Amino acid sequence: MIYLDNAATSFPKPKETIEQLTRFVTTVGGNPGRSGHKLSVEAARIIFEARDKLVEFIHGKKSERVIFTANGTESLNFAILGLLDENDHVITTSLEHNSVMRPLMHLKQRRAVEHTVMQCGPDGRLDMEALARAMRKNTKAVIINHGSNVIGTTQPLGEIKQVIGNTILIADACQTIGSLPIDVDRDNIDVLCFSCHKSLFAVQGLGALYIKEGIDPRPLKFGGTGSKSESSEHPDFLPDRYECGTPNTPGIASLLGGLTFIEKEGLGRIAARKRALREKLLQGLSGIEHATVYGSNANNANVPVISFNLKNKLPSEVGYELNQREIYVRVGLTCAPMAHKTIGTFPTGTVRVSPGYFTTDEEIDRFLEALQHIAGQ
Amino acid sequence: MPDNNLYYVLFHTIHDVLRVEKILKEHGLGHELVPVPRNLSSDCGICVKLHSEIELLRPLLSDIEVAKCVLFDGKEYTSVQLP
Repeated sequence: MIYLDNAATSFPKPKETIEQLTRFVTTVGGNPGRSGHKLSVEAARIIFEARDKLVEFIHGKKSERVIFTANGTESLNFAILGLLDENDHVITTSLEHNSVMRPLMHLKQRRAVEHTVMQCGPDGRLDMEALARAMRKNTKAVIINHGSNVIGTTQPLGEIKQVIGNTILIADACQTIGSLPIDVDRDNIDVLCFSCHKSLFAVQGLGALYIKEGIDPRPLKFGGTGSKSESSEHPDFLPDRYECGTPNTPGIASLLGGLTFIEKEGLGRIAARKRALREKLLQGLSGIEHATVYGSNANNANVPVISFNLKNKLPSEVGYELNQREIYVRVGLTCAPMAHKTIGTFPTGTVRVSPGYFTTDEEIDRFLEALQHIAGQ
Repeated sequence: MPDNNLYYVLFHTIHDVLRVEKILKEHGLGHELVPVPRNLSSDCGICVKLHSEIELLRPLLSDIEVAKCVLFDGKEYTSVQLP
């Protein structure tokens, strides 16, 4: 079996993830911060430690400004629905995922939010001058896909923030966090949204967002926090203001393991390995006569998410053939129809191949060999 | 410090309690996390029971807000300002 669908979710997970998850479900198990007994406190400590590690990892300042969610989509919904008001204007790129486009469509219909889509080039490049021109008096936020889940292109967040000034920058870092260094402080990112089950190696069902001081989205959920229980009003202090109900503590424990693994390996080493995997794949694909690769490799900060098609074959046919050989990739529109319009592959989509940190050179060779064979059929 | 003269320090969230725990551990100050005594607050959470000099706590708290500080003299709980 060769797993090349890490842009959807990373697999396998490092042993640190499994150890922390197992430790939680077998020996801790309590409901964090609710009951005051030792198991409850220990569960809360796991969350505290993960939050602490996470804020350090993204160079944020205060760990209580890291809010846990169910996934990247929920983090983005949180930022979008919590910050945009009636008649606000918002700008996105044409590479955004449906987790940005759909909440914005909802707001367009319900709150008359105006939405400008910046058309990126087929290489994924965003025109900074056009972005500056698109800014209006009522532009409340600019939402940027930090790394494309279709072609792996990354956007320069620091540079974008300089262009948009005090307008809120919301970054979708689902494809980049854990693959590239992220510095919310240096790049002045206002809200960083991400999932934790991809390159942060947590299990599925966990996302998070970091909200810079001074940015105050409306909470979207209200309920039990284990704090201020005498009051029927939801507390306004962090992180309780944005988190309620029993959290995904097993998921957060697994994240703690994932972050420990990344710390041990070194993010620099992980990033270098991923660049090498991307290079190797691109080089191999360029040797397959009938393969068309989309996007560009001009910027080496790109993440190892590659889209291609084989001449005279549907992506689904290629996916089927690979699946028959126990090679797992993703095919179709990968939840980003406008990104496919940008690269000219709508509505058929592409074959998307996304190696992970544990992918070996030999696995890439076997994948390329299989593809060569499928292309020649 | 004798058990009949104890301080309970309450914070707004479990997150703050654990921030304080981390600081107290780093400074080697004796403490215990205990369920909030029912007569102090209806909160279902935990608070810090301090086993060291109360005066040492304040300078270590930085921006962490104290919700309540209570002195227990062995018989009664009295709300006090954090010294």
